[in-house]
Amino acid sequence: METTGLVSFGRYTCSHLYFLLLIVLPLGQHTVEGVWPLPQIFTSSIERYPLNPQAFYFGYGRQSAAQFGCSVLDAAFIRYYSLIFPDYTGKHSTTGKSHIGKKQSVGFDVLSPSLLFPDNLSVSAGKASLNAETVWGAVRGLETFSQLVYQDDFGSYFVNQTEIDDFPRFPFRGILLDTSRHFIPVHAILKTLDAMAYSKFNVFHWHIVDDPSFPYQSQTFPDLSRKGAFHPMTHIYTQSDVRRVISHARLRGIRVLPEFDSPGHTKSWGKGQSDLLTPCYSGSTPSGAFGPVNPALPSTYQFMATLLKEVSSVFPDSYIHLGGDEVNFSCWKSNPDVRAFMQKMGFGVDFTKLEAFYMENIVNITTFLNKTAIVWQDVFDYHELIPKDTVLHIWKGSPANYRKELSRMTKAGMRVLLAAPWYINHISYGQDWRNYYTVQPLNFSGTAEQKKLVIGGEVCMWGEYVDATNLTPRLWPRASAAAERLWSDEKQTSSVDKAFPRLQDFRCKLVRRGIRAEPLYVGHCKHEYQGV
Amino acid sequence: MYSLEGVWPLPQIFTSSIERYPLNPQAFYFGYGRQSAAQFGCSVLDAAFIRYYSLIFPDYTGNGVLRFLEDKPFHIEINVDHDDCESYPHEDSSEKYNLSVSAGKASLNAETVWGAVRGLETFSQLVYQDDFGSYFVNQTEIDDFPRFPFRGILLDTSRHFIPVHAILKTLDAMAYSKFNVFHWHIVDDPSFPYQSQTFPDLSRKGAFHPMTHIYTQSDVRRVISHARLRGIRVLPEFDSPGHTKSWGKGQSDLLTPCYSGSTPSGAFGPVNPALPSTYQFMATLLKEVSSVFPDSYIHLGGDEVNFSCWKSNPDVRAFMQKMGFGVDFTKLEAFYMENIVNITTFLNKTAIVWQDVFDYHELIPKDTVLHIWKGSPANYRKELSRMTKAGMRVLLAAPWYINHISYGQDWRNYYTVQPLNFSGTAEQKKLVIGGEVCMWGEYVDATNLTPRLWPRASAAAERLWSDEKQTSSVDKAFPRLQDFRCKLVRRGIRAEPLYVGHCKHEYQGV
Repeated sequence: METTGLVSFGRYTCSHLYFLLLIVLPLGQHTVEGVWPLPQIFTSSIERYPLNPQAFYFGYGRQSAAQFGCSVLDAAFIRYYSLIFPDYTGKHSTTGKSHIGKKQSVGFDVLSPSLLFPDNLSVSAGKASLNAETVWGAVRGLETFSQLVYQDDFGSYFVNQTEIDDFPRFPFRGILLDTSRHFIPVHAILKTLDAMAYSKFNVFHWHIVDDPSFPYQSQTFPDLSRKGAFHPMTHIYTQSDVRRVISHARLRGIRVLPEFDSPGHTKSWGKGQSDLLTPCYSGSTPSGAFGPVNPALPSTYQFMATLLKEVSSVFPDSYIHLGGDEVNFSCWKSNPDVRAFMQKMGFGVDFTKLEAFYMENIVNITTFLNKTAIVWQDVFDYHELIPKDTVLHIWKGSPANYRKELSRMTKAGMRVLLAAPWYINHISYGQDWRNYYTVQPLNFSGTAEQKKLVIGGEVCMWGEYVDATNLTPRLWPRASAAAERLWSDEKQTSSVDKAFPRLQDFRCKLVRRGIRAEPLYVGHCKHEYQGV
Repeated sequence: MYSLEGVWPLPQIFTSSIERYPLNPQAFYFGYGRQSAAQFGCSVLDAAFIRYYSLIFPDYTGNGVLRFLEDKPFHIEINVDHDDCESYPHEDSSEKYNLSVSAGKASLNAETVWGAVRGLETFSQLVYQDDFGSYFVNQTEIDDFPRFPFRGILLDTSRHFIPVHAILKTLDAMAYSKFNVFHWHIVDDPSFPYQSQTFPDLSRKGAFHPMTHIYTQSDVRRVISHARLRGIRVLPEFDSPGHTKSWGKGQSDLLTPCYSGSTPSGAFGPVNPALPSTYQFMATLLKEVSSVFPDSYIHLGGDEVNFSCWKSNPDVRAFMQKMGFGVDFTKLEAFYMENIVNITTFLNKTAIVWQDVFDYHELIPKDTVLHIWKGSPANYRKELSRMTKAGMRVLLAAPWYINHISYGQDWRNYYTVQPLNFSGTAEQKKLVIGGEVCMWGEYVDATNLTPRLWPRASAAAERLWSDEKQTSSVDKAFPRLQDFRCKLVRRGIRAEPLYVGHCKHEYQGV
């Protein structure tokens, strides 16, 4: 079930898909295992139905709460028409719009929320019914349907008789892009959102600013990007760019989670905001270098409150990522004002207390803004007394280490998001997707209650060596391996060798859809990548 | 401040001053010198003028008048000594050129059109834009020539099929780094995409798909012609006797039937060296290959032959007895390779073989080139010594297996290779004809080829073109390579970043 903080459309149910039955050829070899990530419950038969692009209609059921004019589904029908019939260039409709029919349907009752499997797809002769609690569930179901359709050697389209009940294992399935170490043009972000929807990812974690550059064009503090971006005009995200990303994501059921990481990782902030960063000292004189955000000045908190207020109104999601990782204490230690502040606050020489103090203030700002904070694990490691609704983001260490951390954090009653095993920017030779696939996010010592506190996982594509030139082939299909781990049932997807041909298949589907997803091993796709 | 060091790979001898001349796209002319052996109608240079005009003025679209510019014309005059316009570049082709840029004028002198093409590439890299988009070039003198005559890139089109347009794009990028050999590892175990005129069943049955995953004769001609215009040789490889599984699908009785005990197991091994029909087939195929590919070299492979199938086969064992090879299967492999090399000698072609052939068999024809692919620096240095001591010419690929990706700036390893750092005489060092960057295809196809290749291959390109002393510092090379990478991106090549940073013009594709 998709539930997101992005939406307040109420519950939508019962949208239906229709297509005309022409002939039945019970020869289909295609199986529902072609769907990636693997649906939770499915059955299919060898009975297959041909699909005619010119007689294929999307429609809303009579009982459906969403009807024509529903922005999310109307747009999805147009997208999925092209995805279902990839090389159909019929002159009647290239947009698919005319295929959104208004045919009468068998009525479906509004599904009760207590129903075990709310998202249901049923394909039978001449007809498919797709039922979901929300439009987001319906979008997931359309993706599944599009992957069920296949072509024979003559290019004819078919779908097999199929029953699917599906829902994600974890509610948070994210991808992090880092637009500070390299600027990623908006069109490349949009293309990534397209591909995310194909793997049923639902959170775009936008690590939008960091040390190297500040490309976010703030309304309140325009100097931040004017002076802190790689280029003040060509290497920034305007408010309109940000809205475009959020809107593109929304239509695909993807949340946009902004990260404004502080007090470390803020070098670029200092260029456009004086007195924000701590001046480092060499002996008794400023060295000219700057360290983390200065936690000793009241102006810092005023600035952060104003910035975060803007961020929380620009980004509709109820979460804000506040960073808090890798704070280097040496500059703070060198600064006499910071040391004086430490004395005044009674922190002694324990700078983790200073960091905790800073983060507590920042988290309180977001609480006041009615947002939930996510922070990197460092914050918990230093300071166990953060608000209970804060989500902790694990990024460090080997399996043994992050398992221990999962135990510790959930024991403290905190919600946790796991990124450590999916640092996908770390490339290596060979099939490293197998490592991403075989992660067991709940394999740590803890009670059933503790396990429920793991809200999901995230694939991180840090930007040291990545920009629009190589982002797509580094991300796909390696991220798709994590996508199945986060969506599908672990028992049904425990064999990495069984997953291999399915992922190869899915990768060819991505290529067919124009995504430069790299190969997993020797072989070929029926339709190779045609770009350059 | 702009400097001449912006040219990649670094020219051998250069001077430049801070005096700069504005260039106006509407008053910029290519022309042939009166004394030039090549004149208008020279296919290679006429085409190069058109290409380089767009590369020199990347965002000039032909309409509108440029601001901030005087309308002084700029002429670039090309003089070449030989009218080799309709020929193919070959192993002895001179790539030397001299480029002199002064007020309103540049002179580019070369022995051959191939040298002139290299000089045009250099000139295009000298031109830069200021913040307002105006074009400039500084006063410059360059004498340039390559350190090694063979600077290759291997693409593997058997493990994955690489569509022709992706090969052509790679040739474009190769010219930007002054690579001059496209080593086309066209067939191998997984697939046989080369559509043979003589043996059409090889691709009909051995390609991943007989229609969509093949290189037709016209595709091959297109690749050769695209390469020629850029001064790039196309070196075809038909690797045998190993790495031939896909061949067996379209050519029965070619591969050795493996035995399990006294009965055939159904599996097949390397090419069967015991049958006369094998040599007839190879002679016919190589005759076709040598007429389709104009280069004087043919790569015959010869690597990684697994003896277990030969050992299992009673006919092969009987042949061993008959030939007096005893149980030494390296002798059988040597016998096979000797026959294949002789075929190419008869066809008037020079053979290149992987190092395995020399390791097994030191008595191969002296003009054969040995291709080193194995081992760590210590190992390939020893091999370089051994081979050149035997008087053999050598091509070094071992340090540039660029398909082996890792996290971080591995281009530094490719840059710091010292191809002549092995124990041997000056005569021995001369036998190293160059190096090759290998992009094996296990994990590579058109989706990721370009960012994996560039700019990492460009690091090797400078090692193979430029003077080693002037390019000994990898840290000095770093900002220059970052700069060059941005030029590649500007030219539409998806060259990946080396580290945190940005290009003025980021990649605009998706």
